[in-house]
Amino acid sequence: MRITQGTFSYLPDFTDDEITKQIEYCLENGWPLSIEFTDDPHPRNIYWEMWGLPMFDLADAAGVLMEVNACRKAHPDCYVKLNAYDASLGRQTTALSFIVQRPEPEPGFRLDRQEDHDRVIRYTTRAYVVDRPTGERYRGESNGS
Amino acid sequence: MSDPKKSDPNGPYSDSSDAPARPSFAMGRSGAESVPTKPDPMTSDAGTSKARDKGRQSSSTARPTGAGIASAPAAGTSGGSEEAEQLPPGAQVDLSAAQADSGIEEVLTGLDNELVGLDMVKTRIRELAALLLIDMQRRRFGLEGNRPSLHMSFTGSPGTGKTTVALRMADLLHRLGYSRKGHLVTVTRDDLVGQYVGHTAPKTKDVLKRAMGGVLFIDEAYYLYKVENERDYGQESIEILLQVMENNRDDLVVVLAGYADRMDTFFAANPGFGSRIAHHIDFPDYTIDELFVIAEKMLERDGYRFDEEAVPVFREYLERRMARPRFANARSVRNALERARLRHANRLIAAGGQVGLDDLVTLKPADFLGSRVFAGEGPEPDEEED
Repeated sequence: MRITQGTFSYLPDFTDDEITKQIEYCLENGWPLSIEFTDDPHPRNIYWEMWGLPMFDLADAAGVLMEVNACRKAHPDCYVKLNAYDASLGRQTTALSFIVQRPEPEPGFRLDRQEDHDRVIRYTTRAYVVDRPTGERYRGESNGS
Repeated sequence: MSDPKKSDPNGPYSDSSDAPARPSFAMGRSGAESVPTKPDPMTSDAGTSKARDKGRQSSSTARPTGAGIASAPAAGTSGGSEEAEQLPPGAQVDLSAAQADSGIEEVLTGLDNELVGLDMVKTRIRELAALLLIDMQRRRFGLEGNRPSLHMSFTGSPGTGKTTVALRMADLLHRLGYSRKGHLVTVTRDDLVGQYVGHTAPKTKDVLKRAMGGVLFIDEAYYLYKVENERDYGQESIEILLQVMENNRDDLVVVLAGYADRMDTFFAANPGFGSRIAHHIDFPDYTIDELFVIAEKMLERDGYRFDEEAVPVFREYLERRMARPRFANARSVRNALERARLRHANRLIAAGGQVGLDDLVTLKPADFLGSRVFAGEGPEPDEEED
């Protein structure tokens, strides 16, 4: 199941050229970019690991792409995303965030129904990969779904 | 694991980046149309203003470049070239138009006017500009050679204009399309080398990332390598620099600067650097005449001038100053003038009374004679002093 998170999530994955253009757009707007990665695909997992510090004062996209590639190389089996932060007063939030690498295959989520009092049902989603310890999750054959 | 970004180059959206915006056919091309011998294939896609004169043919095609840069008549209407269609083998390009279009002439004249002397340096830069221009034309014919290596080293004494030339160089490379942004990032050892284990790599990478798309100017580059300390973190920085200089050749140009002799030692100790730098440009010391012209230019810019009697005095000052230690060429001249202005102001205040415009702009001999350089064998100067 393909994870859809962030901007452009319903588009096919970007090529490096397209990523470069998005980075250019961010830099033109003065948004510093940062790279984050994780192997826990749950949509409510908002605290991904940071790959280095946010990159300030860049003029050109090549530097960001270099770091993206370094992160991909170090974590070939993780999700990697690029965040652009808009620090301008009144916004001060993430302006753009999109996934630049996803592991394969993505086994997806299991839906748990928990019966509660009075026939109430509580729902929980749970990624299949989190059954395995972190670091080994998308490695090799997945148990699929 | 396969790289998902690259796995689908033919996805429905991928072509948006690979193909540059198609030039629109509607743009007027009347200027180019009038040229008689234009090759056919070009007419159909010469949409952008840049592409417009690519198809233009001219009799001056074979013009040699080294000397020719100065003359370019503005024949074309276009700017730098990007994403143009490949020219057929039979086509011809107009070099003078290409020169005019790239706007490099402006930079080179600026260099000539702004910098006194440095003839060798200017010649080298003109040669380099010619090389890049020709390389650009070759690309238009689809000759995919290696991009010429652009890393440079500037050697020379302090105050000989290395930083200024680097700034111009960044502009030049930008206009020729060899540097996407054309900004100059000036750093020294402090900006690259960390203070503890693990500090250096992120620091160096951070600087490199900031310099991407422009020119990285490493001042006093020989400090990066300390002979006496094998475990100096400078070595780590050098390794990262070398790696990026090699892998990201298209993204940034590295200029190393420093004293000639110490840079020689540096290159000897780091053969990797020496071999990756194609252009070694030496900045000679200024002669006294050149220094004087520099002083006049500086004063003119600041709205001052020499009193007639002050001219020989200042020359005498320069002679004495050059013989003293820590003479830093143009920088010393600037400092000397700053202090002359100081004395000039104090002299006027001390004299009191009425002053006219003439008094306010004229530096008199007394303003220079007050310098310690004239005080004979004073104590060795601690810092650069007048």
